[in-house]
Amino acid sequence: MDNIAGQKSGLSIVTNVAVFLIVLAWLIPTVGLFVSSFRDRDQISVSGWWEAPFSVELTYRTRADDTPTRDGDLYVAEGNIFETGEVQDQFTSGANSIAAFGLRGREPGAFTAGETVDNRDGGTVVVNADGSYVYTSPEPLDDRGPRLYFLAESPPDFTMSNYAEVLTGLDEDERAQEIATGATFGELLFEEAGIFRNFINTLTVTIPATIIPILIAAFAAYALAWMDFPGRGLIIACVVGLLVVPLQLALVPLLNLHNQVGIGQSFLGIWLAHTGFGLPLAVYLLRNYMVGLPRDIIESAKVDGATDFQIFTKIILPLSFPALASFAIFQFLWTWNDLLVAKVFLPSTGDAQVMTVKIADDLLGSRGGDWGILATAAFVSIAIPLVVFFSMQRYLVRGLLAGSVK
Amino acid sequence: MSPILQGIITIIVGVGGCVGYFYFANLFLDKVLFPAKGPNAGRNINRANQIRPWVFLFPAIFALGLYLMYPVVGSFIRSLYDRSGDEFVGAGNYIRLFNNPDFRTAFLNNILWALVVPALSTFMGLLIAQLTDRLKWGNIAKSIIFMPMAISFVGASLIWKFVYAQDPDLGIINAIRTSFGGDPVDPLQIPFWNNFLLMFILVWIQTGFAMVILSAALRGVPEETIEAAIIDGANPFQVFFKIKVPQIIGTIVVVWTTITILVLKVFDIVYTMTGGNYGTEILPSFMMDFMFRDDGQATAVAFVIMLVVLPVMIWNILQARKEMR
Repeated sequence: MDNIAGQKSGLSIVTNVAVFLIVLAWLIPTVGLFVSSFRDRDQISVSGWWEAPFSVELTYRTRADDTPTRDGDLYVAEGNIFETGEVQDQFTSGANSIAAFGLRGREPGAFTAGETVDNRDGGTVVVNADGSYVYTSPEPLDDRGPRLYFLAESPPDFTMSNYAEVLTGLDEDERAQEIATGATFGELLFEEAGIFRNFINTLTVTIPATIIPILIAAFAAYALAWMDFPGRGLIIACVVGLLVVPLQLALVPLLNLHNQVGIGQSFLGIWLAHTGFGLPLAVYLLRNYMVGLPRDIIESAKVDGATDFQIFTKIILPLSFPALASFAIFQFLWTWNDLLVAKVFLPSTGDAQVMTVKIADDLLGSRGGDWGILATAAFVSIAIPLVVFFSMQRYLVRGLLAGSVK
Repeated sequence: MSPILQGIITIIVGVGGCVGYFYFANLFLDKVLFPAKGPNAGRNINRANQIRPWVFLFPAIFALGLYLMYPVVGSFIRSLYDRSGDEFVGAGNYIRLFNNPDFRTAFLNNILWALVVPALSTFMGLLIAQLTDRLKWGNIAKSIIFMPMAISFVGASLIWKFVYAQDPDLGIINAIRTSFGGDPVDPLQIPFWNNFLLMFILVWIQTGFAMVILSAALRGVPEETIEAAIIDGANPFQVFFKIKVPQIIGTIVVVWTTITILVLKVFDIVYTMTGGNYGTEILPSFMMDFMFRDDGQATAVAFVIMLVVLPVMIWNILQARKEMR
């Protein structure tokens, strides 16, 4: 046996390393999204999220002092570039340094810090690493001061601004404007066309679309499991067969039907659709579970004079809690995450749009390059499912096993 | 507050209506239609009990019939008419489809998806289930692998859009590539191979599902058979492939089929990642191209998907019948 013991310790290291690598590969994409959602937009475009904890070199533009002093024939503007009007908000920490500077927007980092170069005015300019600059010119300076560009190390910048923008649909300036006119952030959430509205829509779709099929399926599963009537086997076989029917098949005929009966594209329509599509799995899972409940309890309740309705509500429902919970989680995740049904059974624009549609159709289209916004929107949409998932994982796994392993 | 209030009201009406149906239908049956008193009390109770299963089943049968059975027939009929549904064209839609090179691409890609994704997910799931079996931090590892199950296909696509991004400051793949001196490429535009990149997203989502079920199945393998094999000198690989896998082959097949069914329905990933461009079209996303403007073609594609699923469906029903006996 000792050769086995020997192999085991060797294998165990390999196993640990292999699992660690797989877990890392599984986790990295989501971590990237999470980190990106908190990063400043400028930083996202110049360094990868894996470099987020480090400072990055960003380009800034500003204007030198506009009140020069005279030094012989020359007009001289002096000062510290970090204290100039256009950038002073962004350098409040005090410990900043400049890597390069430039005089034109096309070459913001043409010269290294400390180098003295000629400027267009016929004088010279120098910007030192500590931010101090000297700008000289034989001519009087422009009213607003001469333009300067520089590259500076910018510290890691984690911000909730992406979230505020995604949730309200307003960028920083627009939010500031609205708040200046007296609106609170809460009002912005509800009144503006941000993703918060889609979030509420998703909830409006999801909650009834989770509860209704469970109710219907629980009654049906009870009938199929514990009531005797002709045609029972056929119905069960149908349910199993319907587990497989592709959703795509249902879209065109049902949308037409909804339009004919006047439901059209509405919340009611999408609840009914989700109910129909979720039912086979629900009936199947719940029936399998209920059949396994002890016959004695149900029979003794019947002997004591309980009606089927009482048996169902007082005995079966409480006993079936694990299966009900597991299906509820499934249906919740499925309806929350659904794109196809929402695209077809809800109006494609406006007030009733759910989050997945908003992200897939609106944000990816119009904000395709705005990675900070995309990351944040995606994270808002997966946050609730992740919370549900991690807090209810036990039930989910139990239900999965009850339904699929015999 | 209006959207929230509106939401709450609609929720109460919807859920309340459903609860009301069961409660009052049952009450009606027992008190009004066949009251369990008077001269015919006994007969009435029996009659009520004959009808009750159908009261309980009615909403389910109605919803199943309307939302799943009617569409099978409805779609087929609809697929025989032209784009607006006015003129009967017979197999015209199908002929047009099979002459459409995009459809052929989508069909072939779909077959590729249906082969690769279930195979890879089941294999990875089995592998991870086995590897984490004796690990101290196995449960944490499993939770992390299982996590993508909670994420929407749209969310997952966005997550992977970051990974596959062409800009080496965004996409980790191109970051690694350029750090070795390569030029950044757009992985999603590499013909043929881009399909596998999209498939991997689904594998990423589904491996956790396979892992959870297969891990339970592995635990169910009787200890004695494993011990006997070890005493006979089997190495861990032999124990795994010759003792454990054959005993859980039934569960492997179930997992494989479940994922296959899912693959045939999924359209979100292709829709979000490439919109079906660069030769990545699959049938469900191809169908979306016709949705809302050519119902004839759209239903024809849906019916082709149905035909592809049909064998799985029949197998499922036979399996269920076998179990019930």
